[in-house]
Amino acid sequence: MLQRNVLLIEDEPNIAEAIRFILQRRGWNVTTETDGARAVAQVDGLSPDAVILDMMLPGRSGLEILAELRARDAHVSRPVLMLTARGQERDRQAAHAAGATGFLAKPFANADLICVLDRMVPPVSAPSPE
Amino acid sequence: MARASLTGTRIRERRLAIGMKQTDLARAAGISAAYVNLIEHNRRRVSENRLGVIAQALQVEAEALSEGAEGALFDGLREAAAQATGAVAGLVEGERIEEFVGRFPGWARLLSERQIHITVLERRLESLAERLSEDPFILDNLHEVLSAVTSLRSTAAILVDEPQIDDAWRDRFLNTIAQETVRLSTTAEALVGYLDTQNGEELALSSPQEQFEAWLAVRGWHLPEMEVDDPAPPDALIADAAELASGAARDLAREYLRQRRLDIDALPYADICAAVAELGADPGAIAARFGIDLPAVFRRLAGLPSGVEGLPPLGLVVCDAAGAMIFRKPAPGFGLPRFGAGCPLWPLYEALSRPMQPLRRVVDMAGRVPQRFDTYAICNSKSSGMCFDAPAHIEAMMLILPARNSASSPARAVGETCRICPRANCAARRETSLLVTPD
Repeated sequence: MLQRNVLLIEDEPNIAEAIRFILQRRGWNVTTETDGARAVAQVDGLSPDAVILDMMLPGRSGLEILAELRARDAHVSRPVLMLTARGQERDRQAAHAAGATGFLAKPFANADLICVLDRMVPPVSAPSPE
Repeated sequence: MARASLTGTRIRERRLAIGMKQTDLARAAGISAAYVNLIEHNRRRVSENRLGVIAQALQVEAEALSEGAEGALFDGLREAAAQATGAVAGLVEGERIEEFVGRFPGWARLLSERQIHITVLERRLESLAERLSEDPFILDNLHEVLSAVTSLRSTAAILVDEPQIDDAWRDRFLNTIAQETVRLSTTAEALVGYLDTQNGEELALSSPQEQFEAWLAVRGWHLPEMEVDDPAPPDALIADAAELASGAARDLAREYLRQRRLDIDALPYADICAAVAELGADPGAIAARFGIDLPAVFRRLAGLPSGVEGLPPLGLVVCDAAGAMIFRKPAPGFGLPRFGAGCPLWPLYEALSRPMQPLRRVVDMAGRVPQRFDTYAICNSKSSGMCFDAPAHIEAMMLILPARNSASSPARAVGETCRICPRANCAARRETSLLVTPD
């Protein structure tokens, strides 16, 4: 199975730790970032298969980060899953309008997180050696 | 039945109030007592000339008999009719409101008062809902609660669902649960404490601006103690103002009084009252008459007491260059949001983009009973003196008056604020309305 890379941009350390634990156990390579101001540079540098992006971050909002990513050719179609503590319809609409690939409202079930990410970046088996 | 057809009812009420017999009124008006009886029961129309004679006999103005003072009564009944839903809506005889008032004045008044009371309660509910969705303390703490619950849910699920967790990770996750439990309880206590300390009016009047505006509202937005040659200093005028609970609110009041003093010096009370009586509440004509700028006229008109001849009930809203509302005197029927910005289609915001250009716009305010208003807007510089390269300091203001020619001119459809605006398909909408069902 090819390893999938995800950048987790989340300022709550306990939430980030739980997500990292769950995803690493399922074969994801997880990099975490807590500061919204550094998020775009991290995406540029890592080119992850997917980005998990919290809506409310210190330094910069998740929607601003997403808008900047979508404005760059390299990230136009990069899968981005938005997390928010405000699971209101208007936040969901704003996330989709800004170009989010998926949306998960906190608190969420771990199984839902895994399921959404698998749909966004399906696991691919490594080619068998010739 | 037209509104004027209730003239007879008013004539009868006035005659009885002054203890005059029907025959005496008939004699004074030069008509028969039987004819007076028909008039008083709204079965005969009264000509303008005859109304003048009757009014003279009853010692009142003719307008008091032809128009009466039932505006609020009719507004309440029309609003009740507009609010009817389902099967009841089809049963309401909207075109017979006048007849209803004439035949059952007590029931009509009761129904109208109930409707007005319901409207007040709805407004309070809207403002509390708005408060809950905008209050930074509540929002921050709810965010904390949701973050803690998210962490707890994910961590607990790991401990329950994930197989073979080594001891170090298990201890770490148990520690996380302990930490988040403490955070959750602390945040919950803070929220409960915050809501406990605020009740009733305190909950409704939280910001310094709201306190400042409440202080003016209870005085009818008029400060007669300022309209004298040598008024007391601002600190003395606000010393006993219970509404100004915070230092920031008192600062707003002091600045307001300073500006008001300047406005009064430029346009004394007797002068503006005389001008309004002659010219009506026309800010352009008044500014031209006295050679003063429009903002001063707007503020003076908004600070006059009700009852000044020629002055309709009017509102004033002022915003800074960022669009933040820094002064809100509501006009009846023209809602002003307590939090956030108003409708982006208000001429107030149009004025921001056209500094120094006076604007006059007729607008239709959305609502169960839409109302039309004349608005006057202007955006002026607040900077004093000439200072090159300094940041522009501007503010816009909009005077809101009931429309004088309600049907003649085209009007712009506006609302109070997007969150509670019922207009569907508005190109200027910035967020989903609570009152519009999404497609």
